Amino acid sequence: MDNQTVVVLTQAAFPNTLTEIDERHGDLKLRIPRESLLVVMQWLRDHAELQYTFLESVTGVDYLGREPRFEVVYHLFSFRHFHRLCIKVGAPEADPVVPSLTGLFPTANWQEREAYDLLGIEFSDHPALQRILMPDDWIGHPLRKDVPLGYEEVAFTFNQDRIYAHKPFAKE
Amino acid sequence: MSTLTIPSPHELIAPAQRGERESMVLNMGPHHPSTHGVLRLVVDLDGETVVDVAPDVGFLHTGIEKTMESKTYQKAVVLTDRMDYLAPLSNNLSYVLAVEKLLECEVPERAQTARVLLTELTRIGSHLVWLGTHALDLAAMSVFLYAFREREQILDIFELVSGARMMTSYFRVGGLAYDLPADFIPTVQVFLDTFGQRIDEYEDLLTNNPLWLERTVGVGTITAADAIALGLTGANLRATGVPYDMRKMVPYIGYETYDFDVPVGKNGDIYDRYLVRIAELRQSRKIAYQALERLQQMPSGDYVTRDRKIAPPPKHEITHSMESLIHHFKLWTEGFKPPVGDAYSAVESPRGIHGTYIVSDGSPKPYRVHFRAPSFINLQALPHMARGRYLADLVALIASIDPVLGEVDR
Repeated sequence: MDNQTVVVLTQAAFPNTLTEIDERHGDLKLRIPRESLLVVMQWLRDHAELQYTFLESVTGVDYLGREPRFEVVYHLFSFRHFHRLCIKVGAPEADPVVPSLTGLFPTANWQEREAYDLLGIEFSDHPALQRILMPDDWIGHPLRKDVPLGYEEVAFTFNQDRIYAHKPFAKE
Repeated sequence: MSTLTIPSPHELIAPAQRGERESMVLNMGPHHPSTHGVLRLVVDLDGETVVDVAPDVGFLHTGIEKTMESKTYQKAVVLTDRMDYLAPLSNNLSYVLAVEKLLECEVPERAQTARVLLTELTRIGSHLVWLGTHALDLAAMSVFLYAFREREQILDIFELVSGARMMTSYFRVGGLAYDLPADFIPTVQVFLDTFGQRIDEYEDLLTNNPLWLERTVGVGTITAADAIALGLTGANLRATGVPYDMRKMVPYIGYETYDFDVPVGKNGDIYDRYLVRIAELRQSRKIAYQALERLQQMPSGDYVTRDRKIAPPPKHEITHSMESLIHHFKLWTEGFKPPVGDAYSAVESPRGIHGTYIVSDGSPKPYRVHFRAPSFINLQALPHMARGRYLADLVALIASIDPVLGEVDR
C-alpha cells in the first residue's frame, strides 16, 4: 500500500474533504474538517481494502496565535498493509471541541483524557472526560503555550504564607 | 463493545459513597508492592471477585513533554531515559529517530548496528525485571534472584559504554554519544554465551511448574480483536496470536537485515504472555549475536554522523581546526535547527509500540513532543481482563501487562 492509493481512495469517497495532503519524510498526513472526523475514521477503519483498525496515537498540539489554535493528531495503523496514516483536525480557541473516537476505537479513551487534561481540548461524547495525569482540582491545562514553565519561588517559613496564598495547588 | 469500557475512579467511587452498590469498593495502592510503581486501583469487589476496576494514574507525572519544550533537541534525550526506566535505550531510540526524520540525517552503519545490539540487550534486561517481579508477585522468590543476576551483567555492559547503569542517554541524534569501548565486544560475547543456558534455568523453574500454571493458564484471556481495539501492543498483543511487531512491520535501524522470528501465543492469557516474552529473550539473543558479529568486522570510529551541523566534532579536532571550534560552540550554545514540520516515529520497545511525535517550529527547541507510551495505553486493557476474576488474579494481571509507571505518567 503506498500513500498515493490511500489518497486516491479517500478523495473518491470524500470529495472536497482533504484540506491538506502532506507526504514529507514519506509519511502520509491528511487534514480534514472536524465535522467529518467520525465518518472518515469509521470509513478508514471498516474499508475492506485499507483496514486502518489500529488507532496508534492520539495527541494535541497548541499552536498559540494561529487559527485554529488547537490541532488533534491521530495516527492510524493498518495491520493489513503495515501502513501508517496521520489524520489532523483543527479546533478553534473559542470552541475547542472535537468528536470523541471512543465509540470507534476504545483505546482513544485515556489518550483523549490526556489531551483534555494537558491541553484543554474537549472531546464530545467521551464517556468520562476527566483529568487523568494532573490532580482533579488543578486549575488550567499545563501543556498550553500560555502556561509558563515553572520557576517557582522556594517557600521558607518566613515567606510561605505569601507564596501559598497565590499558588493554584490543591487546597482542602 | 460495552466490555471494552475503561471506568474512571469517580465512576466507581461516587455510587459507592451514595450507598447504591451491594458490592464493596476498595482502594489498592498507590503504594502497594504488586502495583510495580505508584499505581492506584479502585476495585469494585463482590466477595473476592472483581466486578470492575478503575486504574488511577498520574502520581508520577513529571511533565516531561512540557520540560522538553524548553530544552534543545540534544539535551532532551536525557529526559527520555526517565520515562521507561527499565528500557532507557528504547526510549532514546524512539526519540532520536523522530528527530533524525525531521533533519533527514544519515546515520553510519556502525552506529545503527550498535543501536540494534544495545536495544536488544535492553529488551533482555527489561524482560528479566518483568520475569523476576512477576514471579515474585506469584510467590516464586528464586526466579527474581536469578533474573537480577543476569540483569546485573547487562547493566555492567551499559555502564561500560555510557558510564551510567540505568540513565544511559547513549543514543544521540545522528548516532551514538561516543564510540564503543575496546572491551565491549568480549564482554557482550561472554554474556550472550552464558545467557542461553540461563533462559533454560528460568524455564525449568516455571514453564511446567504446577503452581505457576495454576495461577496463569486461562487467566486474563483477551482476544486479538479486543486487544487491538484497546490499543494493546508488544508481547501482550502477540500473546493473542497475531505477529505484530514493529521490527518486522515497519523496520527501522536495519532490522530487516537480521534473521529472527516473532514469537506468538495462542490464547492471550497470562501464561502465553509469559511464553512469548521468554521466547523473545531467545530471539533478542539471536539478534544480538548477529549484530555483534557485524560490529567485529566494522572499523571503529564511525559512530556518529559526519554532519557537523548536527553532531559535534571530536575533541582532538577542536584544538586544530577553527571551523570545528565554531561548530562545537554553535552546537553547545544554540543547538541545531530542524526545518519546520512534524514527524512521528515508532519503535518496538520491550513493552510495545513506543512512538514519538515531534513538532518543529524551526527553532533549536522542539515546539511539541508527544510520546505514545506503551505502558499507558496497555494499562487500559486491565479492567477488561480483570472483570470476573479473583482479586489475587488482579495482582498477576498487572505484572503480566508489565507497566512501568514512570512511562505511564511521564
